[in-house]
Amino acid sequence: MASLDDLKKRISSVKSTQKITKAMKMVAAAKLRRAQESAEKGRPYSDKMNNIILNLSNGISDIENAPKLLSGSGEDKVHLCVVMTSDRGLCGGFNTNIIKKAKLYFQKILDEGKTLKIITVGTKGYDQLKRLYGDNIIERISFKESKNINYFDADKVGKIIIEKFEKKEFDVCAIFYNQFKNVITQIPQEQQIIPLKTSENEGNSSEDNYEFEPEEDEILSNLLPKNISTQIFKAMLENSASEQGSRMSAMDNATRNAGEMVDKLTIEYNRSRQAAITKELIEIISGAESL
Amino acid sequence: MSEEYSVEIVNPEKSFLLKDDVTEVVVPAFEGEIGILKDHISIISFLKPGIIKIFSKSGEESFYVNDGIIEFKNNNLSILTSLILNLKDIDKEKISEIQKSAEEELNKSEINDQEKYLLDQKLEVLKSIN
Repeated sequence: MASLDDLKKRISSVKSTQKITKAMKMVAAAKLRRAQESAEKGRPYSDKMNNIILNLSNGISDIENAPKLLSGSGEDKVHLCVVMTSDRGLCGGFNTNIIKKAKLYFQKILDEGKTLKIITVGTKGYDQLKRLYGDNIIERISFKESKNINYFDADKVGKIIIEKFEKKEFDVCAIFYNQFKNVITQIPQEQQIIPLKTSENEGNSSEDNYEFEPEEDEILSNLLPKNISTQIFKAMLENSASEQGSRMSAMDNATRNAGEMVDKLTIEYNRSRQAAITKELIEIISGAESL
Repeated sequence: MSEEYSVEIVNPEKSFLLKDDVTEVVVPAFEGEIGILKDHISIISFLKPGIIKIFSKSGEESFYVNDGIIEFKNNNLSILTSLILNLKDIDKEKISEIQKSAEEELNKSEINDQEKYLLDQKLEVLKSIN
């Protein structure tokens, strides 16, 4: 059995860890509110953008000559995956969930004999992927320096992707991120952005006849790169809300576990203190009796 | 019959402005300024750097936009833009900052004609408000 001193030290160390996790939880909760707000505020923009593109692509008559970003390069050989993770750890299953989702997709691609290229956004994703897929990672981006998520960071990522597409370095592009549902639930998402999937094409908004200025192809070819940046920005916002939510619940759990541990250790400490006293008493009594 | 319709300006961070008593909006479209009144035909257009003017019952407001796209449909005008500033509370420093980065961009050799045209436009507008 551990000595009384050892137990005392362990209790105080667990207590100080608990203080840290508690503080982290508070910070995450405060940040979460802000992140959630901006995620919600960012939604109208990407929704509107999607709508306009939908209306535009419905109006396009000549599919053959549609911009490549919409129709794809016509091949399906090289897949580019943009894995978006956080820059900091201690946020529960947040990063692991994205990586898990991404790895499934990677396996599928590789099994089909296609080429896989990876861009990681956020250092944690790179750390987890470099061992298995180190050769596939062509670029890694991190926004550790920028405090708040801003559109220009997203635009940078978007431009990198478009540049690579124009150089014909890949055919299909998908992004991976966590969608924020609530504090406890974040859903890892896989979203294909090139070629654009217009699966939610049910609304018959195509009945409207728009006037276009300039020509619709020109609008589309200008708008599609913007849309990619917008989608990435949306993913970044969702991700940051998810990260804080995930961290908050993880730290909440950690604080509770630390509390339980302190309780257990305190009981053990009291028991062994009692045992030591009893032992001493027995020694004194038996010493007195033998006289 | 009222002559009002609604306008919504959104940028990536948030919904910037929402008004439903607008009588006319003038936007700097790619091929020249367009004034939009109620019951305009559905239109999608690009914006070049310039000034958006919004006339409403409550007065007139002007905004500087960097770029953007507008959609007008069923008397709803949506303006999507990545950078928008209200001319009322804009400060000189911010303008000169944008101006400077535009000038730098313009001095790069590898820009194409369209980009050059847009940057020229931008500088012109910035100079006019500064």
